[in-house]
Amino acid sequence: MSGVRRQREPYTGGAEAMAYVRDEIVPALVAAFGDGVVPLETPFEMPQVQVAPGQLAAVARWLKDRGFNMLVDVGGVDYLPRKPRFEVVYHLLALPQLWRLRLRVPVEEDEAEVPTVSDVWPSAAAAEREVWDLFGIRFAGHPNLTRILMPDDWVGHPLRKDYPLQGPRAQLPAHAAERNRYHAPKLPGDPPGTAGLPGGAKGGK
Amino acid sequence: MRQVVRSGDYDLDLEELVIEGEGDRMTLSVGPHHPSTHGVLRMVLEIEGERIVKATPEVGFLHTGIEKTAENLTWQQAITVIDRMDYLAPLSNNLGYVLAVEKLLGLEVPPRARILRLLFTELQRMASHLLWLGTTALDIGSQSVLMYAFDLREGILDLFEEASGARMNPSYFRVGGIAQDIPEGFEDMCRRFLDRVPERIREIRNILDENPIWLDRLKGVGVISAEDAIAWGVTGPNLRACGVPYDVRKAFPYAGYDEFEFDVPVGENGDCYDRYVVRMEEIMESYRLCRQALARLPRGPVMVNDRKIALPPKHEVRQSMEALIHHFKLVSYGFDVPAGEVYQALESPRGEIGFYVVSNGKNKPWRVRVRGPAFYNVFAMPVMMQGALLADMVAIIATVDPVFGEVDR
Amino acid sequence: MEMTNNQFFLTSVEKFVRWAQKSSIWPLTFGLACCAIEMMNLVSPRYDMAQFGAEVFRSTPRQADLMIVSGRLSNKMVPVIEQVYRQMPEPKWVIAMGACASSGGIFDNYAIVQGVDEVLPVDIYVPGCPPSPDAVLYAVLKLREAIASGQAHGGVMRA
Repeated sequence: MSGVRRQREPYTGGAEAMAYVRDEIVPALVAAFGDGVVPLETPFEMPQVQVAPGQLAAVARWLKDRGFNMLVDVGGVDYLPRKPRFEVVYHLLALPQLWRLRLRVPVEEDEAEVPTVSDVWPSAAAAEREVWDLFGIRFAGHPNLTRILMPDDWVGHPLRKDYPLQGPRAQLPAHAAERNRYHAPKLPGDPPGTAGLPGGAKGGK
Repeated sequence: MRQVVRSGDYDLDLEELVIEGEGDRMTLSVGPHHPSTHGVLRMVLEIEGERIVKATPEVGFLHTGIEKTAENLTWQQAITVIDRMDYLAPLSNNLGYVLAVEKLLGLEVPPRARILRLLFTELQRMASHLLWLGTTALDIGSQSVLMYAFDLREGILDLFEEASGARMNPSYFRVGGIAQDIPEGFEDMCRRFLDRVPERIREIRNILDENPIWLDRLKGVGVISAEDAIAWGVTGPNLRACGVPYDVRKAFPYAGYDEFEFDVPVGENGDCYDRYVVRMEEIMESYRLCRQALARLPRGPVMVNDRKIALPPKHEVRQSMEALIHHFKLVSYGFDVPAGEVYQALESPRGEIGFYVVSNGKNKPWRVRVRGPAFYNVFAMPVMMQGALLADMVAIIATVDPVFGEVDR
Repeated sequence: MEMTNNQFFLTSVEKFVRWAQKSSIWPLTFGLACCAIEMMNLVSPRYDMAQFGAEVFRSTPRQADLMIVSGRLSNKMVPVIEQVYRQMPEPKWVIAMGACASSGGIFDNYAIVQGVDEVLPVDIYVPGCPPSPDAVLYAVLKLREAIASGQAHGGVMRA
């Protein structure tokens, strides 16, 4: 039968790899960038560092050169009353070493902008668009920073904590919401009693 | 050339969407309602004759606001919405989320619950790959495979219904264990189902493996190199088809996968055919895992014995005041989770699904960020489509296996 | 229809047309979310919608007359679904499959339209999250009844 595949040894040993990142790579990163990088304590296994927005592009290149070849995820977090308000979180992975590292970039509300890393890891391009769409954080130098999940003409950034869960509907009074529902108008030829029911004659929309 | 197809221009008639540009080049919009896009993907293609010059995926047509909704539910309730993200593998979503919350809580689930979780996630992987197989075969033009695959998948859905009451979206795993123990006779039912699997998979592979149409449509089509796949964040069977043996179950074991024996099937060429073979082999690996899980399923509780997390048994609620208070508190308020942030990765049928959960110490998650593998896989599609024929687009989209509930969340 | 003797039927044109319509409902291949997977199950060996003449899922709206809205409808999808509905020839019917399509379901949020009846005229609502294929089969049977009795207008514009 065709399609019999080589069974390569799978990558194993993630826990030791993360210990290596904590003991070797993070200190080297801090030594290289000084104040721009602050290691953060975490009780869980993935090491994390805080990176100043100004240093992000350089830190990303430095890490990519040392083996972090996959950007697993870019996500935003809104810590509303806190200042700086936002944080952009990058999860990195190195294959085959299985190193993992989390970068947390604090972002002020007023100048919500961080440099893009899509030139370092192409997978960042789409994920950064999503952060812009849902949080309104700009990525300087991004090739195409447009909305990705919401319609182009949408107002507001839904995942911000001060954005109401129900979005634009939250401001509508109940009767207005009812008025906006579809009601088929009564048309000549309708049997009595069927007008306005769902499935009635099609309205001239 | 003039870019005519803009996002949001849906008032254009379909005929107007195909507009010629300079020379032979034209822009063609496929989707979001198109049978071969496996959901609501829109592909804006620039083609020269039959060749795709540039492909731009557009997503968001199924954006459901699940991350925002989860922030407004208690930790236990959020499981329900997280189920509905990757609707082909809701139990993988379940598992990732509850593992993340359990990590924050420092909980260890009872062994029976752990092994049942593994059993159900592997059944789910088989169901997901079977559905993928059926729809892909349909796209390539083989309808009978769809019937074979769906027939086998029904057996898995029956098992889910028996255990949790729901065929899809079972919300079966809870923080601290699983919702309820499996009913009597479930193990035999499961064994009877598993007995059917190898024979049926062999049948399907007999139909497809040497089928000249199948080979022509898949071999050498949609190739992506290992370097490109890693750079674009591709994971799961799509990455393993390129020869990279990265599987979260082996690399960062969770839920007791390190105690079980299974192999990681790996491809060589990174084309559509290898993605097919990797998934077929994975079904058999899941089959092995299910067999082992059934063989070593211990007796015992399926929920932690912590009244701050788990609901008290019903008979206790009727007799004990304390149990009633716990019940009331858990149902109305839930429980607090210590502040912190955690990233839990796991191998869903589509790749590494990651849950970045932030808690501020209250009864609701502050942020649940989901790293959907399909999201990154979709945006790697343009690399695979570069220079491909227009008809190959169908095979590429199908074999990448996107699920738009998870892409758009 | 009444049978007078073994030779011929007597019926009105309207009844005959309705009988033809209800016996060959062609649904549109229009999957949105979770429910779409259960909708696909309708043609699988176990449920076999072919027994009611409704198994021919058409990929183009021009050839379909039943839209099963299977899943949650997001704001971004509204213009698309409206256009697809407009492209379907009349008479046409709509089944709102599942809680999300019927009422928004558990997603009472900014992204989801609270029921597809805000944009389309719905004939039958099917509860469930997702409804089992049996429930959708029942809905199709109900729709057949409604068509036969003339209760389902199916978006027909009348003078």
